[in-house]
Amino acid sequence: MVSLSDYLILSAIIFCIGLVGIFVNRTNIITLLMCVELILVAVNTNFIAFSHFLGNEAGQIFVFFILTVAAAEVAIGLAILTLLFRNKGSINVDVTNSLKG
Amino acid sequence: MTFDQILFYVFSFWFIASSLAMIFSRNAAKSVLFLILSFFSAASIWILLEAEFLAITLILVYVGAVMVLFLFVIKMLNIDKSTLRAKFAGYLPLGLIVAAIIIAEMTLVLGGNQFGLDVVAAPARHAADYSNITVLAMQLYTDYVYPFELAAVLLLIAIIAAITLVHRNEASRKKQSIAEQVNVQAKDRVRLVSIATPNKEAK
Repeated sequence: MVSLSDYLILSAIIFCIGLVGIFVNRTNIITLLMCVELILVAVNTNFIAFSHFLGNEAGQIFVFFILTVAAAEVAIGLAILTLLFRNKGSINVDVTNSLKG
Repeated sequence: MTFDQILFYVFSFWFIASSLAMIFSRNAAKSVLFLILSFFSAASIWILLEAEFLAITLILVYVGAVMVLFLFVIKMLNIDKSTLRAKFAGYLPLGLIVAAIIIAEMTLVLGGNQFGLDVVAAPARHAADYSNITVLAMQLYTDYVYPFELAAVLLLIAIIAAITLVHRNEASRKKQSIAEQVNVQAKDRVRLVSIATPNKEAK
């Protein structure tokens, strides 16, 4: 049988792959958004694994809400991306330095 | 090794391999396709965990809608590939070190001593007539009905925000002006021009 720790370690690995993706692709906003999606899926896998092994459906309800929020986040993120490309002519992170932060 | 374990390791292998291919792919469109593969693997693992509704939702909503949205944006924006990976190698060692430390720590914390089968026993498989959707719906429409409504409002706000953000200004739009249409006079529309009659004897 597959134990709970297998699922947890799998999602930890996926989480770290998403993290490395943010480090590596730090100039490309589209890939950054995709890495955030990967991290969210890893976290959702954690929730579902605990929900299955502890016999409590609240974890799956939580995943449902996380999926909703992530879909909204992607829609607005891509809208901002389109706006950025329209104004700056590029989606490189380095051009978004107007605030001098 | 039981059949469950074989399935788990096959799906995990594809999940990890396609995620790695996604972050190291140089082409954004290929990254999206690899991410779709990793979402499919994640959905398979969720089905192993008996979360059928969420697995189907992941495929329908993420692969069917969100990833297609990504592909549309990538194809619509003309991205210069040469500038995107200029600093590719610069942060890779640091990222790998951070990831290795996190994985090592997580493996220590989440290992078999804390969450193994002898600590958290695997639950018995549900019967064939078990309905995951019914169980989720019972929770969602009773205990969690208020967050459910809030999620709906959140999606509505996201729709309005996305449309408002990418909406172009009025100058570039063609729209009706009812007042001008009602107040139009005949002389504005019809212009009588006198044309010289052709000579009949020319035939």
